[in-house]
Formats: sequence, structure tokens, C-alpha cells
Amino acid sequence: MTPRVRAAVAAAVVVLAIFLPVLLPGYRSQMALLWIMIVFASTWDLLGGQMGYNSFGNVLFVGVGMYACVLIQRDAHLGYFAGLALGSLCGALLSVALAALLGSGILGLRGHYFAIATLGLGVAAGELAGGWDFVGAGGGMVPPLFPGEVGGRETFFYYLCLALAAVTIPFLGWLYRGHFGLVLNAIRDDEDKAEAMGLRTTRYKTAAWCICAFFLGLSGGAVGNLLGFIDPREVAFAGSTFGVWMVLMAILGGKGTLWGPVLGAIIFHVTKELFWTYLLGWQRVALGLLIVVIVVFFQEGILGWARQRWPERFGHRVEQDAAP
Amino acid sequence: MLEVDKVRKSFGGLLANKDVSLRVPAGGIFGLIGPNGSGKTTLFNSIVGLHPVDAGSIRFEGREISRLRVPQIARLGLLRTFQQTRIYGGMTCVQNMVISVRASERSLRSMFRRTPPEDLRKAEELLEFVGLFPKRHLRAGDLSFGQQKLLELAMALMSGPRMLLLDEPTAGINPTLINGLLERLRKINQQFGITLLIIEHNMRVIMELAGYIYCLAHGELLAEGKPAEIQRDPRVLEAYLGAR
Amino acid sequence: MDNLRLLIEAPALNLQLLLDGLLIGAIFALSAFGMALVWGVMGIINVAQGELVMLGGYAAYYLYRAGLHPLFAAPLAAAALFVGGWLLYRAVIFRVVERDLFISILATFGLSILLQQLANTLFGADVRTAESGFGTLFLLGGRVTVTVIKLVSFAAALVTGLFLILFLKRTRMGQAIRATAQNARAARVMGVDTDGVYAWTFALNAAICGASGALVAMTWVVHPYLGLPYTLRSFMIVIIAGIGNVGAVLAAALGLGMAENFAGFVLGAEYQAAFVFTLLVAILVWRRFWLARERRYLR
Repeated sequence: MTPRVRAAVAAAVVVLAIFLPVLLPGYRSQMALLWIMIVFASTWDLLGGQMGYNSFGNVLFVGVGMYACVLIQRDAHLGYFAGLALGSLCGALLSVALAALLGSGILGLRGHYFAIATLGLGVAAGELAGGWDFVGAGGGMVPPLFPGEVGGRETFFYYLCLALAAVTIPFLGWLYRGHFGLVLNAIRDDEDKAEAMGLRTTRYKTAAWCICAFFLGLSGGAVGNLLGFIDPREVAFAGSTFGVWMVLMAILGGKGTLWGPVLGAIIFHVTKELFWTYLLGWQRVALGLLIVVIVVFFQEGILGWARQRWPERFGHRVEQDAAP
Repeated sequence: MLEVDKVRKSFGGLLANKDVSLRVPAGGIFGLIGPNGSGKTTLFNSIVGLHPVDAGSIRFEGREISRLRVPQIARLGLLRTFQQTRIYGGMTCVQNMVISVRASERSLRSMFRRTPPEDLRKAEELLEFVGLFPKRHLRAGDLSFGQQKLLELAMALMSGPRMLLLDEPTAGINPTLINGLLERLRKINQQFGITLLIIEHNMRVIMELAGYIYCLAHGELLAEGKPAEIQRDPRVLEAYLGAR
Repeated sequence: MDNLRLLIEAPALNLQLLLDGLLIGAIFALSAFGMALVWGVMGIINVAQGELVMLGGYAAYYLYRAGLHPLFAAPLAAAALFVGGWLLYRAVIFRVVERDLFISILATFGLSILLQQLANTLFGADVRTAESGFGTLFLLGGRVTVTVIKLVSFAAALVTGLFLILFLKRTRMGQAIRATAQNARAARVMGVDTDGVYAWTFALNAAICGASGALVAMTWVVHPYLGLPYTLRSFMIVIIAGIGNVGAVLAAALGLGMAENFAGFVLGAEYQAAFVFTLLVAILVWRRFWLARERRYLR
């Protein structure tokens, strides 16, 4: 893609994104959730695709952010928007603190041990929240009501979620282009070699997880308020739904690329919504089947497949340069 | 520069290194030979901190390193290459080089820096030095085994080490290309001023390159001396060829 | 911590919890053994292990509803799951064996979700029990009670485990399985049909899970969501005990059963699952720091 074409496409996407609520007013909530899915998939890929640490427990940070936000909204007695803003920020910072704390222990595990440990973390958090009365125990919590006229709520959350995605993606892109991205890839390709070359891998791994935690914690508040209800096991620390969907979306689109997870999120989310609309009663079974199909038959993902087919188009040189 | 003093290392019941001592003064090329299973790679692993040693001390430039971890030792300027050749397969050669710059900075900000142009230049020069410049934008995983070995060597140089431990640098290399590799190793030692300690099975190579050789057998230091002495030493011959 | 005080003041209570824990631990041992088998032979971590247990429980429940006494339902449930496991292998699992371990985790995770939702849609979310009609024993002058079915389950679990060990040691397929576990490529070169071995191994594992599920249905309850805790319990037991050591697996499983029971009493039943999951993470993290002393990693 020439720079000019790329700029034109980018502009078109931006315009489309801004005007979608006007074009499809009936789907504003679903589209808001789509932007969140994009954030989920992209942050997962930072850890899984770029660094090679496949986490099943990133939901931990979503849940922490969600609860922190709603707690602030409930107890800080600020206006709705101030409460939401402060709550989201607190959720993000709390998540980062948690990631920093757990980092040296959890990120010291490799491969499948890391995967299962994070799975355990995510579901453990859900169970702990489910027993803690301060946060509503099994009954969960309900965020405050959105002030303003009917319909304003959907529009507000659409643009909030769009803003979250619009901040996350470019940031990750910037991250991947610099030294940080190279270190993550080195850790993915051969962590022992990276250590043997003197890289401070623990520091980078923890930083990466903290970055994930930040964006996930930040979006937690938005998701909780969007859905209107926080259940410890089904919404906040939803290991078997959001937790595994994060992984699926990134894999479907293509692990280890910037736009793969975005593409995967769009396709997965739209498919899921179609299942919910047309396969009522069997939608979850269909989704489970879809997950198995994707993992078993389509692991490289869309961009991965495209890159194998047309390597040059994706910046993957196959021919060597002429001698200098 | 490197002092290994009565190092002992066992794995379970197997004593891999028994009271091994050797000294590598700065500036030369040294060899470490011995039949298979004599404990050479284990010694390398102990030196670079891959596992703790049971007893003994290891000093690099006067500083005790036997308790340090692998990344710390690497940052002091002591690097090793691997027998099975390890590079970052998913990244291009240039990226492999750029990421191998010695990590000395401690600030948070430097983690997020863009690649400085000097690093890029040095990477290209070193790739040229090992003959991989035309392949610099290819995925390292797509290179042949011999090319990956050269890349690994270039990556080690990129880090600006003071001493390199090379584990069988000519293993698996086409014999017609070995002379070229020897040339480069000599240049690395003389022009770049890097001290080399080389594990080798190829006798011709090590006798030509090294100024001094240590021979291990059954986990112990069997003999040491100049190449000519080692070649004539009956104990060395016996260790390699077996008892008569 | 009133419950803690109760424990100190009433020693019989400790015995009760210990006994109950021991009895349920035997059932944990079964699915843990199955997980170790699949992991050791096929190199995959079966995240759908708990769902196989759950399906075994439902099989036993519906057989019981059809009029069969639960005790006879158990072997039938095991047989049914054997077939089911074989089919699963042929449909999905064979594609993820001998590949990236992460893919096998993800694939079996997807499978577990699929099976869970299938059960939920077909069977409903209510809890079910297969009543055995056995009575209750009263020991120590009535201070410790043991339902007979729990004792029967314990015995059944041990018998099943014994069967499995004998199968692996004495039969040809068992030997083929063990050979493949040691070195699949060598086994293939020697003429072993490794694909067949894998199918048998997975089907066997499913049968073990089916049997333990049937025992669960008789002794406690089944519901579509009991899977994940069982999976994580099995994983925990295997990483503590190691893959090859049967005795260690049994010991770890019994220990876990007792620990869980005590924790459930002291912390409250609503925190029992939390205890299991947190313990898993704690064990892994402790292991990681312990190995770091030797500068090794949990791979």
C-alpha cells in the first residue's frame, strides 16, 4: 500500500467509525462492545502474539477495573461522568499495581504452566469476588444509572469505547516499532538466548503485562457500565467467555501482527452476534464449536495465512538484496 | 581475564566437572578440547551462569561471577555462542543484530527508545563482516544452518564483548568454508581485541587457531599447554583414542 | 474464624473432615491419573478433562433414571465415555497431538466450552443426583458419619485405578501405550501404530473420567459447570506428583481432597472453589521460585 492509499483508507475508517452510530442506531451497544473486543484482542496479542506468553487470565484486569470503577461510582459520591472517569482511572492503576506485584511470580513460569496459572488466576478472582460481601458477593454490583435522555446512553458509550480503542491501537503500534517491540519478539523467539545476550527479560515481561493491565483495567469501567450489571463469574472475571474470546480473536485474525487481532475481533464479534440472533438456544454451543474449528483448522489466522501466501506484500522478504 | 578455580559440578549422581581450574589471560585465543562427555559444555554453562556450581570460584576481570545470573554475566562483557546455534528465528537479521546491543542502560525510558542510527550502522557493518549483508532483511529462521552460525557470531560481536566463549564454531560448517571462518575468528581476536575460549572437536582448527590449549577428560583437567605440546602428550592421545 | 475454633474444640470434627476428604480424594485421583496418562503419552494437556467427568456423571444419572442401579451405571457410563472419547479423538484431538502444546490447551479448552454448553442446553442447569439408596454409618458413638455410598465410591475408585494399572502393565495395548509414552518416534519405527495408541489412550482417559463422574453423581451432584474445578484439580495433582508416579498421584489426590474439605469448612463452602484455584496458582508460583534457586524453569 502506498502512503497515499494508506492515508485515504485511514481517513475513511475514521469517518466511518465516527458516523456509525448515525448509520446504524439500533446496534450502538453491540458496536461499542466491538471496540472493547478490539482492545481485548489487541492487548492479549501484546502478551501472546508478540511476546509468546499465552495468557488465559487477562480477564483478571478487566474484572479488577470493573469492580474498582463501580465501587468508586458507588462510594465516592461524584457526578456520573466524574465518577466514571475517576473510577476507570483507579481501575487502570489498580490493575497495573496487581500486574507489577504478580509479575515476577507468574511471568517466571513458561509455556503451558503460565497458561494454566493465568487461567487459575482469572477464575480464582471470580470465585473470591463471588464470596466477598463488600463487592456484592454472588449478587454482583449494579453501576449507577446513566443520566440524560433515553438513547444518550448508547451513544455516549459507543464514543467512549471508540476512544479507548483509538488510544490503544496506535499506542501498541508505536510500541511495536521501537526497541520494546524487538525485545518482546526476542523473548518470544528464544527467551534463553535473550537472557544469554544480557537482556533484562523480567523487566520487559512485567512492563508488557502492566501495559495490558492498564488498558484492560481502563476499559473495565466502560464495559461494566455498558452492560449495566456486574456478575463476578459471568461478567467481571469471565474466564470462559471474554477470557478465552480474547485469545480466539487474536488467533483468528493472526497472532503477532497489529491488525490481526483487530480483524479477528471484528469477525468474531459479528459472528457471535449473528449466532445470538439466529441460533437462539444453541448459540453458545455454536460458539464453542466455532472456537474448536478456529483453533484446530485455522491457527495461523487470516493475516498469518495471507502472509504465507503473499509474503512480499506483508514486508516479509524472501529474496536477498544485491551485494553492496 | 577469566579464572576458573577448582570448579565442581554434578548432576544427580554424575560428576560432570571435578576440580577444574584454568586461566585465560586477556588477548589470546584459547582452546578447550576433550572427548565427548568430558564436561566441556558443562564448564561453559557454569562459567556463564546457566547453573550454579557446587564448589569453586569463577572470576572474570577480577570479579567473582559464580553467583551471578546469566543476563548479569552477559552484561559484564562475557558472552557465549551455542553448539546448536541460537538466533531469533522470527525476526530479520538486522533486527537480530540491533537487539543484541549490550544492555547497559537502566532507565525506564530507554526501554521504549527507537533504534538509534548508529546501532543500525554497526549492525550492517558486522553483517558485512560475516558476509551476511545481502541477507540482512531475510528472516533469520529462513537462513541455512551455516548462515545462522555466522549470524550468531555477528550478534555476539554486536554486544561489544571482551571475551567470547565459542562452543564448536565450526561444527556443521562446510569444510571449504572453514578457512574463511578461521580468518574471521583471528580478526575478531586481533582487530577487535576480543579474547576467545573455544571448544572444538576439529583438531586441525584448534591447533591452528589457539595459542594455548586445555584438555578435559572424564570431567577433570587432563593436560594443558601449547598446541605442539598437547599434540605430543600421550595422555591426550589416550583419552581420545581410548586405552590400548 | 468460628469454624476454626470449632475444629480445635471438637476433634471428632477433624476426623469427619479428614475422612470425607480422603473419600473424595480417591475420585480426584482417577481423573488426575487420566490426565497424567494423556499428558505423558500424547503430550497434550486435556482442559476438557472435567467435562468428561461431568458427562460421565450425566450418563450415570440418565441410566439411573432409566431404572438401573447407580452401581451398575458406573461401568456402563465408563463404557459410554470410552466410545465418546474415541470419537472425540478421531474428530478433533488427533489434529492437535504432536503439535504446539498451547494449541492442544486451546483446542481442549474450546472442547470443554462446547461440551459444557451442550450439557447445559440438553440437560438443563439444575443439579442432579443418582440416588444409591445406601444408608449411613455412624462411627465413634455418632460423632462421625459416613454415607455408605462414599465408602463404596472410594473402593470403586481404587478398583478402577488398579484395573488401569494392570491394563497398562499386562496387556499388549498397555505396553504399546507405555512404549509410545517413552519415545513415540522409536515406537513407530518398531511398528507400533501410534495413532491407534493415542486413540486408545484418550478413550481410556475418557472412560476413567466417566467412571469418576458416575461416582460423583452417586456421592454428590452433577451439573453442567462442575468441569473446570476438576480439570484444575487434576492438573494440580499431576504437577505435584509428576507424570509417572502412580503412588504419588494417589497421595497428592487424597491430600488435596482433605485440604479442600478443611478449607471448605473453615472458609465457608462459597470459597471452596476459590481455594482450589488459588492453591493451584500458589503451587505453581512456589514451584517457580524454588526452581529458580537452581536456575531452572518450569517448562
